[in-house]
Amino acid sequence: MQKITLFIDDREVKAPAGRPILWLALENGIYIPNLCAVPGAEDPPAACRLCWVEVEGYPRPVTACTEPARDGLVVRTRSPRVDRLVRAAFELLLSAHRLECSRCPKNRACTLQEIARARRLPLRLVRYRKLARDLPVDNSSPAVRYDPGKCVLCGRCVRACRREGTGILGFARRGYERRVTTFGEVPLARAGCSGCGACALACPVGALTLKTKSV
Amino acid sequence: MVLLTEEEKRAAREAAGSAVRGFPRSRGSLVPILQKIQEKLGYVPLEAMEEVAGQLGIPPVDVYGVVTFYNQFRLTPPGRRQIKVCLGTACHMKGGTVILDCWKRRLGIEVGGVTPDREFSLERVACVGCCSMAPVTVINDEVHGRVTPTRVDGLLFSFGVKVKKGRQEEGEVN
Repeated sequence: MQKITLFIDDREVKAPAGRPILWLALENGIYIPNLCAVPGAEDPPAACRLCWVEVEGYPRPVTACTEPARDGLVVRTRSPRVDRLVRAAFELLLSAHRLECSRCPKNRACTLQEIARARRLPLRLVRYRKLARDLPVDNSSPAVRYDPGKCVLCGRCVRACRREGTGILGFARRGYERRVTTFGEVPLARAGCSGCGACALACPVGALTLKTKSV
Repeated sequence: MVLLTEEEKRAAREAAGSAVRGFPRSRGSLVPILQKIQEKLGYVPLEAMEEVAGQLGIPPVDVYGVVTFYNQFRLTPPGRRQIKVCLGTACHMKGGTVILDCWKRRLGIEVGGVTPDREFSLERVACVGCCSMAPVTVINDEVHGRVTPTRVDGLLFSFGVKVKKGRQEEGEVN
Protein backbone atom coordinates (compact mmCIF):
# COMPACT_ATOMS: atom_id res chain seq x y z
CA MET A 1 0.00 0.00 0.00
CA GLN A 2 1.08 3.55 -0.70
CA LYS A 3 2.94 5.20 2.17
CA ILE A 4 1.94 8.71 3.15
CA THR A 5 3.14 11.26 5.67
CA LEU A 6 0.94 13.17 8.05
CA PHE A 7 1.41 15.19 11.22
CA ILE A 8 -0.26 14.39 14.51
CA ASP A 9 0.44 16.98 17.22
CA ASP A 10 3.49 18.16 15.22
CA ARG A 11 4.91 14.66 15.04
CA GLU A 12 5.66 13.25 11.61
CA VAL A 13 3.90 9.93 11.10
CA LYS A 14 4.42 7.63 8.11
CA ALA A 15 1.54 5.33 7.44
CA PRO A 16 -0.38 3.44 4.79
CA ALA A 17 -3.05 5.66 3.22
CA GLY A 18 -6.59 5.21 4.44
CA ARG A 19 -5.84 3.86 7.91
CA PRO A 20 -7.92 5.68 10.56
CA ILE A 21 -6.07 8.47 12.37
CA LEU A 22 -7.02 6.98 15.75
CA TRP A 23 -4.81 3.92 15.29
CA LEU A 24 -1.89 5.90 13.86
CA ALA A 25 -1.96 8.20 16.89
CA LEU A 26 -2.16 5.37 19.41
CA GLU A 27 0.62 3.40 17.68
CA ASN A 28 2.83 6.47 17.87
CA GLY A 29 2.27 7.01 21.56
CA ILE A 30 -0.24 9.85 21.16
CA TYR A 31 -3.29 9.12 23.30
CA ILE A 32 -6.78 9.84 21.98
CA PRO A 33 -9.68 8.83 24.25
CA ASN A 34 -11.72 6.00 22.76
CA LEU A 35 -14.16 3.32 23.89
CA CYS A 36 -15.96 1.71 21.01
CA ALA A 37 -13.31 1.08 18.37
CA VAL A 38 -11.38 -2.18 18.07
CA PRO A 39 -8.19 -2.41 15.97
CA GLY A 40 -8.71 -4.50 12.86
CA ALA A 41 -12.48 -4.15 12.86
CA GLU A 42 -13.44 -2.90 9.42
CA ASP A 43 -16.26 -0.57 10.40
CA PRO A 44 -15.71 1.62 13.45
CA PRO A 45 -19.15 2.15 15.01
CA ALA A 46 -18.17 5.71 16.04
CA ALA A 47 -20.61 5.37 18.90
CA CYS A 48 -18.72 6.69 21.90
CA ARG A 49 -18.00 10.18 20.48
CA LEU A 50 -14.77 10.51 22.43
CA CYS A 51 -11.99 10.40 19.84
CA TRP A 52 -12.43 13.94 18.54
CA VAL A 53 -9.52 15.60 16.73
CA GLU A 54 -9.04 18.78 14.73
CA VAL A 55 -7.82 18.44 11.17
CA GLU A 56 -6.35 21.56 9.64
CA GLY A 57 -8.66 22.91 6.95
CA TYR A 58 -11.74 21.13 8.31
CA PRO A 59 -14.54 23.38 9.58
CA ARG A 60 -15.13 21.34 12.77
CA PRO A 61 -13.63 18.49 14.79
CA VAL A 62 -13.99 14.95 13.43
CA THR A 63 -13.89 11.51 15.07
CA ALA A 64 -10.41 10.04 14.61
CA CYS A 65 -11.73 6.49 14.23
CA THR A 66 -13.63 7.36 11.04
CA GLU A 67 -11.11 9.74 9.52
CA PRO A 68 -8.78 8.02 7.04
CA ALA A 69 -5.19 9.16 6.91
CA ARG A 70 -4.26 11.19 3.83
CA ASP A 71 -0.96 12.64 2.72
CA GLY A 72 -0.02 15.93 4.37
CA LEU A 73 -2.86 15.93 6.90
CA VAL A 74 -2.21 18.11 9.96
CA VAL A 75 -4.02 16.68 12.99
CA ARG A 76 -4.32 18.12 16.49
CA THR A 77 -5.60 15.92 19.30
CA ARG A 78 -6.26 18.87 21.60
CA SER A 79 -8.04 22.19 21.05
CA PRO A 80 -10.68 24.09 23.04
CA ARG A 81 -13.40 22.69 20.77
CA VAL A 82 -12.12 19.12 21.04
CA ASP A 83 -11.79 19.37 24.80
CA ARG A 84 -15.35 20.66 25.10
CA LEU A 85 -16.76 17.85 22.98
CA VAL A 86 -14.81 15.20 24.89
CA ARG A 87 -15.78 16.65 28.25
CA ALA A 88 -19.47 16.67 27.33
CA ALA A 89 -19.44 13.18 25.80
CA PHE A 90 -17.52 11.79 28.76
CA GLU A 91 -19.87 13.30 31.32
CA LEU A 92 -22.90 12.04 29.39
CA LEU A 93 -21.45 8.54 29.58
CA LEU A 94 -20.84 8.99 33.31
CA SER A 95 -24.41 10.16 33.85
CA ALA A 96 -25.66 6.73 32.78
CA HIS A 97 -22.86 4.77 34.47
CA ARG A 98 -23.19 3.67 38.07
CA LEU A 99 -20.08 5.03 39.76
CA GLU A 100 -18.75 2.77 42.47
CA CYS A 101 -15.11 2.55 41.43
CA SER A 102 -13.72 1.42 44.78
CA ARG A 103 -16.01 -1.63 44.79
CA CYS A 104 -15.88 -2.29 41.04
CA PRO A 105 -13.97 -5.33 39.76
CA LYS A 106 -12.64 -3.17 36.91
CA ASN A 107 -11.13 -0.59 39.27
CA ARG A 108 -7.75 0.53 37.86
CA ALA A 109 -8.38 -1.38 34.63
CA CYS A 110 -11.32 0.74 33.51
CA THR A 111 -11.14 2.81 30.32
CA LEU A 112 -13.29 5.54 31.86
CA GLN A 113 -10.68 5.96 34.60
CA GLU A 114 -7.95 5.97 31.97
CA ILE A 115 -9.68 8.72 29.99
CA ALA A 116 -10.33 10.74 33.13
CA ARG A 117 -6.65 10.53 34.02
CA ALA A 118 -5.39 11.33 30.53
CA ARG A 119 -7.65 14.32 30.01
CA ARG A 120 -7.90 15.45 33.64
CA LEU A 121 -11.65 14.99 33.70
CA PRO A 122 -13.51 14.46 36.96
CA LEU A 123 -15.03 11.02 37.63
CA ARG A 124 -18.24 12.60 38.89
CA LEU A 125 -21.13 14.59 37.48
CA VAL A 126 -20.70 18.35 37.22
CA ARG A 127 -23.26 19.61 34.69
CA TYR A 128 -25.56 16.66 34.09
CA ARG A 129 -27.94 14.79 36.33
CA LYS A 130 -27.72 11.10 37.07
CA LEU A 131 -29.85 8.92 34.80
CA ALA A 132 -31.41 6.61 37.36
CA ARG A 133 -32.11 3.27 35.71
CA ASP A 134 -32.08 0.63 38.42
CA LEU A 135 -31.38 -2.22 36.02
CA PRO A 136 -30.96 -5.60 37.70
CA VAL A 137 -27.59 -7.38 37.58
CA ASP A 138 -27.59 -10.60 35.53
CA ASN A 139 -25.73 -13.23 37.53
CA SER A 140 -27.17 -16.21 35.67
CA SER A 141 -24.11 -17.19 33.66
CA PRO A 142 -21.47 -19.26 35.46
CA ALA A 143 -18.70 -17.38 33.65
CA VAL A 144 -19.68 -13.71 33.46
CA ARG A 145 -21.56 -11.14 35.47
CA TYR A 146 -23.53 -8.48 33.58
CA ASP A 147 -24.32 -5.20 35.26
CA PRO A 148 -26.25 -3.09 32.70
CA GLY A 149 -26.10 -0.12 35.08
CA LYS A 150 -22.44 0.30 34.15
CA CYS A 151 -22.76 -0.31 30.42
CA VAL A 152 -21.58 2.53 28.17
CA LEU A 153 -23.17 1.02 25.02
CA CYS A 154 -19.90 0.83 23.10
CA GLY A 155 -20.93 -2.47 21.49
CA ARG A 156 -17.56 -4.20 21.92
CA CYS A 157 -19.16 -7.14 23.71
CA VAL A 158 -21.74 -7.50 20.93
CA ARG A 159 -19.01 -7.79 18.33
CA ALA A 160 -16.85 -10.05 20.52
CA CYS A 161 -19.80 -12.38 21.12
CA ARG A 162 -20.39 -12.65 17.37
CA ARG A 163 -16.71 -13.22 16.64
CA GLU A 164 -15.87 -15.70 19.39
CA GLY A 165 -19.06 -16.63 21.20
CA THR A 166 -22.54 -17.75 20.26
CA GLY A 167 -23.70 -14.33 19.02
CA ILE A 168 -26.47 -13.89 21.55
CA LEU A 169 -25.75 -10.28 22.51
CA GLY A 170 -27.26 -7.31 20.72
CA PHE A 171 -28.76 -3.88 21.23
CA ALA A 172 -32.43 -3.36 22.04
CA ARG A 173 -34.73 -0.38 22.56
CA ARG A 174 -33.89 3.24 21.93
CA GLY A 175 -32.69 6.41 23.60
CA TYR A 176 -32.45 6.27 27.40
CA GLU A 177 -33.88 2.75 27.26
CA ARG A 178 -31.16 1.46 24.96
CA ARG A 179 -29.29 -1.51 26.35
CA VAL A 180 -27.18 -4.49 25.48
CA THR A 181 -29.26 -7.59 25.97
CA THR A 182 -30.31 -10.95 24.57
CA PHE A 183 -33.20 -12.10 22.39
CA GLY A 184 -36.36 -11.45 24.42
CA GLU A 185 -34.20 -9.89 27.16
CA VAL A 186 -33.81 -13.20 28.96
CA PRO A 187 -30.86 -13.80 31.32
CA LEU A 188 -27.58 -14.86 29.66
CA ALA A 189 -27.77 -18.45 30.88
CA ARG A 190 -31.18 -18.92 29.25
CA ALA A 191 -30.14 -17.22 26.00
CA GLY A 192 -27.56 -19.87 25.13
CA CYS A 193 -24.42 -18.19 26.50
CA SER A 194 -21.47 -20.56 26.14
CA GLY A 195 -19.54 -18.83 28.90
CA CYS A 196 -16.50 -18.13 26.72
CA GLY A 197 -15.95 -14.78 28.42
CA ALA A 198 -15.08 -12.93 25.20
CA CYS A 199 -17.59 -10.21 26.09
CA ALA A 200 -16.03 -9.63 29.50
CA LEU A 201 -12.55 -9.38 27.98
CA ALA A 202 -13.87 -6.87 25.43
CA CYS A 203 -15.77 -4.72 27.93
CA PRO A 204 -13.83 -1.48 28.60
CA VAL A 205 -15.71 -0.83 31.83
CA GLY A 206 -17.17 -2.92 34.64
CA ALA A 207 -20.42 -3.91 32.92
CA LEU A 208 -19.35 -7.40 31.86
CA THR A 209 -16.83 -9.02 34.17
CA LEU A 210 -15.45 -12.52 34.55
CA LYS A 211 -16.51 -14.36 37.68
CA THR A 212 -13.18 -16.14 37.99
CA LYS A 213 -9.96 -14.19 37.74
CA SER A 214 -7.99 -17.05 36.18
CA VAL A 215 -9.82 -17.30 32.84
CA MET B 1 -44.56 -11.01 28.74
CA VAL B 2 -47.93 -12.49 27.86
CA LEU B 3 -48.14 -16.25 27.51
CA LEU B 4 -49.15 -17.38 24.05
CA THR B 5 -51.11 -20.51 23.29
CA GLU B 6 -49.58 -23.22 21.11
CA GLU B 7 -51.96 -22.22 18.35
CA GLU B 8 -50.82 -18.60 18.51
CA LYS B 9 -47.21 -19.69 18.35
CA ARG B 10 -47.95 -21.77 15.27
CA ALA B 11 -49.84 -18.85 13.70
CA ALA B 12 -46.87 -16.61 14.44
CA ARG B 13 -44.42 -18.92 12.68
CA GLU B 14 -46.77 -19.32 9.74
CA ALA B 15 -47.30 -15.57 9.43
CA ALA B 16 -43.53 -15.05 9.52
CA GLY B 17 -43.00 -17.79 6.95
CA SER B 18 -45.44 -16.24 4.48
CA ALA B 19 -44.27 -12.67 5.19
CA VAL B 20 -40.69 -13.35 4.09
CA ARG B 21 -41.85 -14.63 0.72
CA GLY B 22 -41.23 -12.16 -2.08
CA PHE B 23 -38.52 -10.26 -0.23
CA PRO B 24 -34.80 -10.58 -0.89
CA ARG B 25 -33.05 -12.54 1.86
CA SER B 26 -31.19 -9.59 3.35
CA ARG B 27 -31.16 -7.35 6.37
CA GLY B 28 -32.74 -4.56 4.33
CA SER B 29 -35.97 -6.55 4.05
CA LEU B 30 -36.38 -6.78 7.81
CA VAL B 31 -38.65 -3.80 8.46
CA PRO B 32 -41.13 -4.46 5.61
CA ILE B 33 -41.30 -8.14 6.66
CA LEU B 34 -42.01 -7.19 10.27
CA GLN B 35 -44.65 -4.71 9.12
CA LYS B 36 -46.33 -7.47 7.15
CA ILE B 37 -46.36 -9.74 10.20
CA GLN B 38 -47.82 -7.02 12.38
CA GLU B 39 -50.45 -6.26 9.73
CA LYS B 40 -51.53 -9.90 9.88
CA LEU B 41 -51.30 -10.59 13.63
CA GLY B 42 -51.58 -7.14 15.16
CA TYR B 43 -48.22 -7.62 16.89
CA VAL B 44 -44.82 -9.25 16.38
CA PRO B 45 -44.36 -12.27 18.66
CA LEU B 46 -40.94 -13.67 19.58
CA GLU B 47 -41.69 -16.86 17.64
CA ALA B 48 -42.19 -14.83 14.46
CA MET B 49 -38.92 -12.95 15.07
CA GLU B 50 -37.02 -16.22 15.42
CA GLU B 51 -38.50 -17.51 12.18
CA VAL B 52 -37.61 -14.29 10.31
CA ALA B 53 -34.08 -14.32 11.74
CA GLY B 54 -33.62 -17.90 10.56
CA GLN B 55 -34.88 -17.11 7.06
CA LEU B 56 -32.72 -14.00 6.68
CA GLY B 57 -29.68 -15.59 8.29
CA ILE B 58 -29.20 -12.92 10.94
CA PRO B 59 -29.00 -13.27 14.75
CA PRO B 60 -32.49 -13.28 16.40
CA VAL B 61 -31.31 -10.59 18.83
CA ASP B 62 -30.88 -8.21 15.87
CA VAL B 63 -34.53 -8.70 14.90
CA TYR B 64 -35.50 -8.10 18.52
CA GLY B 65 -33.40 -4.93 18.48
CA VAL B 66 -35.24 -3.56 15.44
CA VAL B 67 -38.68 -4.44 16.84
CA THR B 68 -37.94 -2.71 20.15
CA PHE B 69 -36.33 0.26 18.39
CA TYR B 70 -39.39 1.36 16.43
CA ASN B 71 -42.56 2.49 18.17
CA GLN B 72 -44.68 1.11 15.34
CA PHE B 73 -44.05 -2.49 16.41
CA ARG B 74 -45.97 -4.16 19.25
CA LEU B 75 -44.49 -7.04 21.21
CA THR B 76 -47.72 -8.04 22.90
CA PRO B 77 -51.06 -8.94 21.29
CA PRO B 78 -53.53 -6.02 21.25
CA GLY B 79 -56.40 -6.22 23.72
CA ARG B 80 -60.04 -6.34 22.63
CA ARG B 81 -60.21 -2.76 23.87
CA GLN B 82 -57.11 -0.81 22.87
CA ILE B 83 -56.61 2.14 25.17
CA LYS B 84 -54.51 4.94 23.71
CA VAL B 85 -53.62 7.78 26.01
CA CYS B 86 -52.60 10.98 24.25
CA LEU B 87 -49.47 12.67 25.52
CA GLY B 88 -49.22 15.37 22.88
CA THR B 89 -48.36 18.90 23.97
CA ALA B 90 -51.88 19.96 24.97
CA CYS B 91 -52.72 16.67 26.69
CA HIS B 92 -49.37 16.72 28.43
CA MET B 93 -50.10 20.19 29.81
CA LYS B 94 -53.57 19.11 30.92
CA GLY B 95 -52.21 16.18 32.90
CA GLY B 96 -52.14 13.37 30.35
CA THR B 97 -49.50 11.57 32.41
CA VAL B 98 -51.90 11.52 35.38
CA ILE B 99 -54.51 9.84 33.18
CA LEU B 100 -51.93 7.40 31.86
CA ASP B 101 -50.95 6.54 35.44
CA CYS B 102 -54.63 5.96 36.26
CA TRP B 103 -55.01 3.45 33.45
CA LYS B 104 -51.74 1.77 34.41
CA ARG B 105 -52.79 1.46 38.04
CA ARG B 106 -56.34 0.31 37.34
CA LEU B 107 -55.36 -2.24 34.70
CA GLY B 108 -52.16 -3.27 36.42
CA ILE B 109 -50.16 -3.10 33.18
CA GLU B 110 -47.41 -0.92 31.75
CA VAL B 111 -47.43 0.99 28.46
CA GLY B 112 -47.29 -1.56 25.64
CA GLY B 113 -48.78 -4.23 27.86
CA VAL B 114 -52.00 -6.20 27.79
CA THR B 115 -54.10 -7.57 30.66
CA PRO B 116 -53.82 -11.36 31.14
CA ASP B 117 -57.43 -11.81 29.92
CA ARG B 118 -56.50 -9.84 26.72
CA GLU B 119 -59.38 -7.46 27.37
CA PHE B 120 -57.33 -4.22 27.57
CA SER B 121 -54.04 -3.08 26.11
CA LEU B 122 -52.43 0.24 26.90
CA GLU B 123 -50.50 2.58 24.62
CA ARG B 124 -49.35 6.16 24.61
CA VAL B 125 -49.81 8.21 21.47
CA ALA B 126 -48.59 11.63 20.40
CA CYS B 127 -51.53 13.92 19.50
CA VAL B 128 -54.72 12.53 18.04
CA GLY B 129 -55.75 15.92 16.66
CA CYS B 130 -58.38 17.14 19.12
CA CYS B 131 -56.29 19.20 21.50
CA SER B 132 -59.28 21.30 22.62
CA MET B 133 -60.60 18.18 24.35
CA ALA B 134 -57.35 17.51 26.26
CA PRO B 135 -56.53 15.28 28.01
CA VAL B 136 -57.71 12.69 25.52
CA THR B 137 -57.96 8.91 25.68
CA VAL B 138 -58.90 6.93 22.56
CA ILE B 139 -60.48 3.52 23.07
CA ASN B 140 -60.85 1.49 19.86
CA ASP B 141 -61.13 4.68 17.75
CA GLU B 142 -63.71 6.19 20.12
CA VAL B 143 -62.43 9.52 21.44
CA HIS B 144 -62.94 10.46 25.08
CA GLY B 145 -62.09 14.07 25.94
CA ARG B 146 -61.45 15.93 29.21
CA VAL B 147 -60.66 12.67 30.94
CA THR B 148 -60.30 12.72 34.70
CA PRO B 149 -59.28 9.89 37.02
CA THR B 150 -62.96 9.42 37.92
CA ARG B 151 -63.82 9.22 34.23
CA VAL B 152 -61.24 6.41 33.90
CA ASP B 153 -63.09 4.50 36.61
CA GLY B 154 -66.41 5.37 34.96
CA LEU B 155 -65.25 4.02 31.62
CA LEU B 156 -63.97 0.84 33.25
CA PHE B 157 -67.32 0.49 35.05
CA SER B 158 -69.14 0.85 31.72
CA PHE B 159 -66.99 -2.01 30.39
CA GLY B 160 -68.12 -4.13 33.32
CA VAL B 161 -64.84 -3.98 35.21
CA LYS B 162 -65.24 -3.92 38.97
CA VAL B 163 -62.79 -1.49 40.53
CA LYS B 164 -62.09 -2.40 44.14
CA LYS B 165 -63.46 0.16 46.56
CA GLY B 166 -60.26 0.57 48.54
CA ARG B 167 -58.23 1.31 45.43
CA GLN B 168 -60.89 3.63 44.07
CA GLU B 169 -60.28 6.20 46.76
CA GLU B 170 -56.55 6.24 46.32
CA GLY B 171 -55.19 9.28 44.53
CA GLU B 172 -58.48 10.64 43.25
CA VAL B 173 -58.61 14.36 42.49
CA ASN B 174 -62.28 15.07 41.88
